[in-house]
Amino acid sequence: MSDNGQHFVADHVAGLPRSGIRDFFSIVAAMPQAISLGIGEPDFVTPWHIREAAIFALEKGKTSYTDNLGLIRLRREISSYVENNFGISYHPETDVLVAVGVSEALDIALRAVLNPGDKVLYHEPCYVSYSPSIVLAHAQPIAVGTSAEDQFGIDPERVEAAWEPGCKVLMLNFPTNPTGGVTERAKLERLAKFAIEKDLLVISDEIYSELTFEGEHTSIASLPGMQERTIFLHGFSKAFAMTGFRIGYACGPKPLIEAMMKVHQYSMLCAPILSQEAAIEALKNGAPAVAKMKEQYHRRRDLIVRRFNEAGLDCHSPKGSFYAFPSIQSTGLDSLNFCKGLLDEEEVAVVPGTAFGPSGAGFARASFSTSYERIIEATDRVERYVEKLSKRA
Amino acid sequence: MSSVLQLLLEGEHLNTAQMAQVLGMSESEIEAELTRLKAEEIFLGWRPVLNPDRAQENVVRAVIEVKISPERDGGFDRLATRIARFDAVESCFLMSGGYDLLVFAVGKDLREVASFVSERLSTVEGVLSTATHFMLRAYKEQGYLLLSPSEREDKPAVSP
Repeated sequence: MSDNGQHFVADHVAGLPRSGIRDFFSIVAAMPQAISLGIGEPDFVTPWHIREAAIFALEKGKTSYTDNLGLIRLRREISSYVENNFGISYHPETDVLVAVGVSEALDIALRAVLNPGDKVLYHEPCYVSYSPSIVLAHAQPIAVGTSAEDQFGIDPERVEAAWEPGCKVLMLNFPTNPTGGVTERAKLERLAKFAIEKDLLVISDEIYSELTFEGEHTSIASLPGMQERTIFLHGFSKAFAMTGFRIGYACGPKPLIEAMMKVHQYSMLCAPILSQEAAIEALKNGAPAVAKMKEQYHRRRDLIVRRFNEAGLDCHSPKGSFYAFPSIQSTGLDSLNFCKGLLDEEEVAVVPGTAFGPSGAGFARASFSTSYERIIEATDRVERYVEKLSKRA
Repeated sequence: MSSVLQLLLEGEHLNTAQMAQVLGMSESEIEAELTRLKAEEIFLGWRPVLNPDRAQENVVRAVIEVKISPERDGGFDRLATRIARFDAVESCFLMSGGYDLLVFAVGKDLREVASFVSERLSTVEGVLSTATHFMLRAYKEQGYLLLSPSEREDKPAVSP
């Protein structure tokens, strides 16, 4: 065969689409002068006291493996952090697993619970890995659309309508990347009731929860009857600006953590010890730095949302995360062409909404994880571009 | 704290038009708030922060520990203010511990600072003693790190 080995690739992997964001990235990478609002990570550097803790750990020769579940000191810190901030009580010995970012935690959670052919409900637009992770676990993804009218919170009725026999898992991510959507407590309660009724396991990725600007974040795991059927995922990348440390965690009932641990130990073994040491410092002393960063994100959000609306792009105010998700439908262009045009003509990079699933059509994701000056300059250019488009129409 | 003041403290250099955009206020509201902050002597003024190793002009900086005798009316205030008024003094603080005032002084060379200490400072009535330490190198100036390599150059321009 002369296909360079292509025929060795597994069918379910060959069938996966490349991430739309990667395609867009290659275009932007060739334009270093462009202003990028396409960055899905904090523009802040990890607070120094956390970096210093990692250096100190290295100095002390902390270079070994750790317990598969993670350092017990870290699991104790996680347990009390989750109890204090989310009101859910997990036993550090048995209910907490430290993973290489929420991405790994999500992957091993799905692999630990799904049998081939099981169905997984998830809301969309969503983080790029959700649907592929389900497919890689030989299960079937079922997308539930969310919409601008609900500010991209989930509508329980749509979940109930999308349910079909064989559904085993409901995946949630609030606040949501890319929409900044959140779901209020009353709707979460209805979802919880539905999950109990249909015996669904909930996997809840709450990585952006600290960056909730209005109202209080509620974890579905804290609702009555839900802790026993929820895997709670969280990490350090966003709130503590620690993306490169690749460190996150899962909390859940002992048998589920035990099952995830099997997958984790045979694939990853453990999360890097230096990142674990840094994470301990983050949980112990990181709160003031998190509060300071959140304050800046909040101001940036107000700025970018106001500017998009002034520019003629309908944009809801995201209640959490560091993403704005303006509608570009008024321009008459589709997401990809809008974003390509904006990049070509005004050298501003935003990510087409369709990179986050078909229901992102008509939207674009703009990260406000960048300086005020760049946000002002970028949105000035967006305004100019939208004006040009309206004249052409 | 006033939102204008908070924004100033974040340290990103913005003009009033940009500040107005960030805070959703009009430019005249920003101007009025700055005027108020200045009138109430909360916000004292603008100064550039320079890297002493790279700035064109060479200056010598010293930290001087000064012991002074307090006075019956006003304690250290009159003498401290008198010392602080010298152009050579950048900052002046009353301290707890082994001495009373910590004075940050500048001069164009070592001799100028030395003559400030011996001819001006030490001769002020009420100054009991001085101990002068010359600064050799700056590593952080007003919140700016001076020897830090670029920290995020490997970051991709678009990421999920």
